[in-house]
Amino acid sequence: MKAVARAHPLWLAYILHRLSGIGLALFLPAHFYVLSLALTDAARLDAFLRFSDLALVKLAEFGLVFLLAVHFFGGLRLMALEFLPWSAQQKTWAAAALAGSFMISTLFLMRAI
Amino acid sequence: MNEMHLYMAQRLSALVMAPFVLVHLGTMIYAIQGGLTAAEILGRTQGSVFWFLFYGMFVVAVSIHAALGLRVILSEWAGLRGAVLSGVSLAIGLGLFAMGARAVWAVTAGGAP
Amino acid sequence: MPEISSISVKVARGGPEGAQRMQQFTVPAYESQTVLDVVTWIQQNTDPTLTYRFACRVGMCGSCAMMVNGVPRWTCRTHVDKVLKNGAMEIAPLRNLPVIKDLVADMDPFFDKWVAAEAKHHPSRTRDDPIPAIDPDAPERLVASAGIECINCSVCYAACDTVAGNPDYLGPAALQRAWTLVNDAKDSARDAILDAVSGKGGCHSCHSMGSCTAYCPNELDPMSAIAGLKRETAKRYFRGRAK
Repeated sequence: MKAVARAHPLWLAYILHRLSGIGLALFLPAHFYVLSLALTDAARLDAFLRFSDLALVKLAEFGLVFLLAVHFFGGLRLMALEFLPWSAQQKTWAAAALAGSFMISTLFLMRAI
Repeated sequence: MNEMHLYMAQRLSALVMAPFVLVHLGTMIYAIQGGLTAAEILGRTQGSVFWFLFYGMFVVAVSIHAALGLRVILSEWAGLRGAVLSGVSLAIGLGLFAMGARAVWAVTAGGAP
Repeated sequence: MPEISSISVKVARGGPEGAQRMQQFTVPAYESQTVLDVVTWIQQNTDPTLTYRFACRVGMCGSCAMMVNGVPRWTCRTHVDKVLKNGAMEIAPLRNLPVIKDLVADMDPFFDKWVAAEAKHHPSRTRDDPIPAIDPDAPERLVASAGIECINCSVCYAACDTVAGNPDYLGPAALQRAWTLVNDAKDSARDAILDAVSGKGGCHSCHSMGSCTAYCPNELDPMSAIAGLKRETAKRYFRGRAK
């Protein structure tokens, strides 16, 4: 049987928000662990930070910043939809959220390289 | 905790985090210029009451937000229900808080020089 | 579109026991043919055991909704040439509901949730009282009127992924009706309704993915109605009147 048709902007915004949220939740423990190295082993923190200078790692970092930005703007969009009186501008909001996320994460990547 | 409390906790933790995320994104873009070192990070954060409160509240909010977000996803996509669902999401929240609190302590208070 | 003489149709067959299987039929193509016409043709000419549900055939009763190529639709108001892909299509019973047989979904869970959402009229007067005057242009009335054309067809319920993942979720149709009643000057149980939609599977389970609004054949907007419920219940929460 055919899968249910879902490809409309709000559904895509929903799935993007959910997947970016899962990605961030998985990343957080690693993030916290690396920072807590400052307490136990500063040399290893520095070694990790040097590792993070590699191009491939930079690209992964771009991905993380993108996840954060996309979840942030997607969340603002959702709260505007829920708490502000409804407007028919949802598609525009969703597009603006994506554009803003790309802008921030690209800015991050350009600074990082 | 009924559905209404969970919903409000999810939305309020998101609202609290909105300014934190913006500052966090801005700090990242600013701080990565010329590469990161442990000394540079700690030089900015060590002994700073501002950064302790900033990251401390950020960690509290993100632990609540991520645990509640994953709670919904575990229920809808993994079929967890009832006490198991509550137990797992509580463990996620407490785990994230413990790791995050340790990281905040490491970079603002107790870190090796 | 190019002229075709026949349509290749896959139809979901089988009852509640075991998974349904898809059965292939070839149906002659006519001008202005609807999906319901196709199903009817199969039953009358090929297989009289094919089970499906319909009544009015003109988009008033809401009983003929099915999944057509993965989209929940009123089959009586869907022209075949709008949905045909390479001369073929797939018809299945409405998603998110138990199957009774072939193309007939069991609507009981859908209607039970209407009641659970308090999406029923709570009279404020008796038949002996005068009928209160309603200003059709009052802001609250406009909000209520925006959602009252729902005919319980369950297309939104079938489209919703939150319903699919959360069996307790009341669903877009019941919540939209609850929202119209919250805004209805003639309904006396505003707080009871807001309590009912604040519980397990209530309006706060909605993720605003908007499939209800995208697929509603009456072009209603249940997602916005649910957002209205979220706003009202949140306001009540801050005023400390929530349970």
